[in-house]
Amino acid sequence: MDELLSFDDTLELLGEPFVQNALIACAVLGVVAGLLAPLVVSRGMSFAVHGTAELAFTGGAAALLVGLEIGLGSVIGAVVAATIFGVLGLRRRERDSVIGVVMAFGLGLGVLFLSLYDGRSANRFGLLTGSIVSVDGTNLWVLGAVTVLVLATLLVVHRPLLFASTDPDVALARGVPVRALSLVFAVLVGLVTALAVPIVGAILVLSVMIVPGAAANRVTASPVLATLLAIAIAEVSLVGGTILSLAPGLPVSAFVATIGFIAYLLCRLVARLRGRAPVRA
Amino acid sequence: MSQTAAPPALSLRGAGLRFGDRTLWSGLDLDVSPGEFVAVLGPNGSGKTTLIRVLLGLLPLSEGEVRVAGHVPRRGSPEIGYVPQQQPLDPDLPLRGRDLVGLGLDGHRFGPGWLRERRTRRERVDRALEQVGGTRYAGAPVGRLSGGEQQRLRIAQALVGDPAVLLCDEPLLSLDLSHQRTVTRLIDERRRAADSAVLFVTHEINPVLPLVDRVLYLVDGRFRIGPTSEVMTSEVLSELYRTEVDVLRVRDRLVVVGAEEHDHHEAPGPRDVLAVGGGA
Repeated sequence: MDELLSFDDTLELLGEPFVQNALIACAVLGVVAGLLAPLVVSRGMSFAVHGTAELAFTGGAAALLVGLEIGLGSVIGAVVAATIFGVLGLRRRERDSVIGVVMAFGLGLGVLFLSLYDGRSANRFGLLTGSIVSVDGTNLWVLGAVTVLVLATLLVVHRPLLFASTDPDVALARGVPVRALSLVFAVLVGLVTALAVPIVGAILVLSVMIVPGAAANRVTASPVLATLLAIAIAEVSLVGGTILSLAPGLPVSAFVATIGFIAYLLCRLVARLRGRAPVRA
Repeated sequence: MSQTAAPPALSLRGAGLRFGDRTLWSGLDLDVSPGEFVAVLGPNGSGKTTLIRVLLGLLPLSEGEVRVAGHVPRRGSPEIGYVPQQQPLDPDLPLRGRDLVGLGLDGHRFGPGWLRERRTRRERVDRALEQVGGTRYAGAPVGRLSGGEQQRLRIAQALVGDPAVLLCDEPLLSLDLSHQRTVTRLIDERRRAADSAVLFVTHEINPVLPLVDRVLYLVDGRFRIGPTSEVMTSEVLSELYRTEVDVLRVRDRLVVVGAEEHDHHEAPGPRDVLAVGGGA
């Protein structure tokens, strides 16, 4: 148990360039993931995000096998997945099964690619559970570029996207291109998911793409406040999780997921305590 | 029946709509004056909602012309207010009452425009909320409001752009009687105060009976337009449904009997017998 929470070497490790890279990556990822998370939750896209992450894993595994940049592979995998989900499954019920089918096949391929790969086994495991060592200078540039792209897109589509995500029928009636926006949003989610995969791992992408939004939506109905709170939770989880993981030398994702979960429970508790007061405060 | 010389708020000329070889309706001529209330009735699948979609600028006519406030309708036009039927909303939806109303004003607009005009935007949203008596729940999560409160906000959402025409698509569905009254009262107040024309799609004429100036009744491509007393008769409805239909007046309500076997049974609800008893 002592190994789980030890800080003896933390300060020393914080001086290492690879740690600093990882912290910058986490801070940037926290902003974009937090921006998208409340909308992901409003749109009921948790399963789609999970599916996208698994296909980012497949893309990364394929890249590993053929000797390409893993980050590039996961971006391609995630964007392909997001596009498939965006095009095929606009109806919520259908979307669910489409994601299940595509994800199963994608995971199968990923497992195949990994078993064919005979390089370092740490690379294999890293894709699934994440690792801060995987963040290098190139990753930071990719991360920065994608972040700028996501921010610029959100600046343009932000209002119609909120309309389409929270009130789709009336948005459609008011002439919002709901279908096109659903695709745009799916691609944004795909990009951010792909960035999160190397850091927190494919199986724990949910902890940065869903948990902050689910927690924030519990305590505020203001779209702006929900977004700010989601960013804050994502930041605390990612940056805090990274720092805590340093000395024990354990995967970042375990700490990120735990902090996110605690934040979610706290938000539920706050909502519950407030719920005892009259609802229409 | 305020038929004046003012240009119509909404006009259809020889309008027709076809999907493949199926004609929903054709040769439809309709002028709705400012301040006029027109109820659109008919069984499921007769093209009532499709007519709304045409007027919203979402669907082009197969033939004929359509004008709303003098223009060909386009997506997101501020001249058109749209009130949908009440729908269940997720209680954790991150949207407050004032956000829902604000989206009616500029939710369709791209770009970072919220930085400009922030103040006027806020004032307009406040005014719309006030008009429907919704100021109290401006800050409440919309998903936690009752159906009636949500519909009040829906009306504010439709009014916030100061529309010349209100298109209402079954706004009373699944509301209880007192909320039905509130919603119809608010719509009526608006058309009197601002002379907005109202096109009101409903399967249930009774809740709006006192407001209705004219009725457009659609059945399988056949239709009839006229004052309630001329359209809602046994003869006219029998002709439209091509079967024997009786329209009875029970106190101040209309009861239609016999249209049921021609209904399309697409959705549950009292579509065949219009309001026997307490309504809804």
